[in-house]
Amino acid sequence: MFGDYSIGDLGAIFAMQGFAGLILFSVYVLMALGLAIIFGQMGVINMAHGEFMILGAYVTWLTSSFFQSHLPSLFSGYFFVAMILAFIASGALGMLVEWGLIRHLYKRPLDTLLATWGLSLILQQAYRSVFGAREVGVELPQWMMGSKQVTDTIEVPINGIFVMVLTLGITMVVAYIMYKSRWGRQVRAVVQNRVMAGAVGINTEKVDRYTFGLGCGIAGIAGSAFTMIGSTGPTSGQLYIVDTFLVVVFGGAASLFGTIASAFTISQAQSTMEFFMSGSMAKVLTLLTIVAILMIRPQGLFALKVRK
Amino acid sequence: MINSRFFNRSELLGFLSLLLLLAVILPLFLDVFRLNLVAKYLTYAFVALGLVMCWGYGGILSLGQGVFFGLGGYCMAMFLKLEASSVANTKIQSTPGIPDFMDWNQITSLPMFWKPFHSLTLTIIAILVVPTLLAFIIGAAMFKRRVGGVYFAIITQAIAAIATILIIGQQGYTGGINGMTDLRTLNGWDIRTDHAKVILYFFEVFVLFACIITAQFIRLTKLGRILVAMREQEDRVRFSGYSVANFKIFAFCAAAMFAAIGGAMFTLQIGFMSPSFVGIVPSIEMVIYTAVGGRMSIFGAVYGTLLVNYAKTMLSESFPELWLFGLGGLFIAVVLFFPNGLSGIWRDHVARHIDRLIAMRSSKSKKAWAIKSAADGAPAE
Repeated sequence: MFGDYSIGDLGAIFAMQGFAGLILFSVYVLMALGLAIIFGQMGVINMAHGEFMILGAYVTWLTSSFFQSHLPSLFSGYFFVAMILAFIASGALGMLVEWGLIRHLYKRPLDTLLATWGLSLILQQAYRSVFGAREVGVELPQWMMGSKQVTDTIEVPINGIFVMVLTLGITMVVAYIMYKSRWGRQVRAVVQNRVMAGAVGINTEKVDRYTFGLGCGIAGIAGSAFTMIGSTGPTSGQLYIVDTFLVVVFGGAASLFGTIASAFTISQAQSTMEFFMSGSMAKVLTLLTIVAILMIRPQGLFALKVRK
Repeated sequence: MINSRFFNRSELLGFLSLLLLLAVILPLFLDVFRLNLVAKYLTYAFVALGLVMCWGYGGILSLGQGVFFGLGGYCMAMFLKLEASSVANTKIQSTPGIPDFMDWNQITSLPMFWKPFHSLTLTIIAILVVPTLLAFIIGAAMFKRRVGGVYFAIITQAIAAIATILIIGQQGYTGGINGMTDLRTLNGWDIRTDHAKVILYFFEVFVLFACIITAQFIRLTKLGRILVAMREQEDRVRFSGYSVANFKIFAFCAAAMFAAIGGAMFTLQIGFMSPSFVGIVPSIEMVIYTAVGGRMSIFGAVYGTLLVNYAKTMLSESFPELWLFGLGGLFIAVVLFFPNGLSGIWRDHVARHIDRLIAMRSSKSKKAWAIKSAADGAPAE
């Protein structure tokens, strides 16, 4: 399979595919971060996570249309406004869902899975009714278009670089919130021992609601970033949900570092293989490998040791 | 066994009324088109029945039942497809005697794994064995390592995703996204005529009841009780010296086999098989049939399947955009308000009154019963 390429070509291929993998990695990380918080920290299976992401994407699309028609002078900066709006919209919806649905089901994780699946169907149909079945794409501002020539054979698209920088920033913010802030300490306390956390005066219900909201909000930002590299349709979220769950489970739930490492492994494996075989086979091989590894090591790559 | 009788009185009532509905009332009042629709719904009832065993009794939620349904269906479809692509039927192809989609994909000879499907006996064995074996491998790998609950659900869902991508990707061997179409005869018997459809319907009802009786038998044996005990208190069962993993593997395999039988029936009834019955979405829809019927109720599974599918056909015929709202709402409502589904509603609100009626009648006729049973030598109820 490598026979037709020279060493230099191969290097360029691996670099470019590696970079394509990095963009996929960014989307995975952004989606998986929210999921890792919700699933890893709260033990809730949120099947509607992809739909929260798509909500962010639609908010971004609406914002870009608004800026285009009303504030064309500020268009180059619309993305930052859109990102914040996407976070707020998805986060608010997430908190509403937690209040109306999830909090009744904390003791029945399998039922949460079914209920959130139902929610995802409703949201999908709602998007289809409101925004139409066709995929929509945002117009990128001028400075994000084009690509950067690194060497003669390697060039990388600027929107990809932007999405990666964004991912890095958001990951750092989330890590700070979860591991350094007072609120993150409360979240981790609730996860490790809910009753004890309540006994020392933490309002566990409130922590749950904000945690769920934060996870969904990050999904909204993921959707916002997603518009930079692809178009959005009502069912786009569903395409990513299984992959993202595998990313979280493979990395070891409750471990943010594990999530990032597994997102990196999976996205790189997939995009490198994609060059040498058909996309569907690359995906099948990647998923099969993950499932096989999970069967041998069910706790994932990095398991958090907690006394249960 | 606590109850020495195979069916208690209300179960017997449920069994007989279901038999009456499926074998007498529906065939009498529905035309062939609608009856064929019911037959299609009933193929899912096999899956729902399997889910009652592994989810309701064993507590293992599998989101990959579509894979087993599909495997059974594809095994059947491969046999029918080979029969439909005889040399005489396919002489316009560049390679006569192989299925048309292989010819379109420049495959010039029948692949090895297709060869056994020339024989109906081997096909039936494959339908029963291949999905069960796959379930055994998945189950053994996971349950021996004590993976369960949500992890198991997610991994089975990933397997459903893998299966769909694989079937669509390997177009030359599987027919790709279109699936296997244009299936005509079963050992020379045309399955597309109205007459054949009615006969197949009755055959399916027969097989379904065989499966119901099997499930009921498993439920009543010690095995069934251990399954329930395991769902409630897994550790206690383990500490009592039972191998929890083996029982879970059994339940999962049985569910897979039921699903595969359903899949094979589906292919016979509908005349094609495609990846759209394998993936994540159909698999999770099959779970909702069971949830609506009541995850603990064998008869509930059949009623739930019929009801949800009927609603789906009705709603998507007249208001296609409402159907997803309805289905989504159904998921949420069942989980939040009716965790025991239809059978729970029946038990809490209807069965009580029926029991009271029967009790009233039997107290009235107690004397008559006593005399009669003394004469028959049978124990009075």
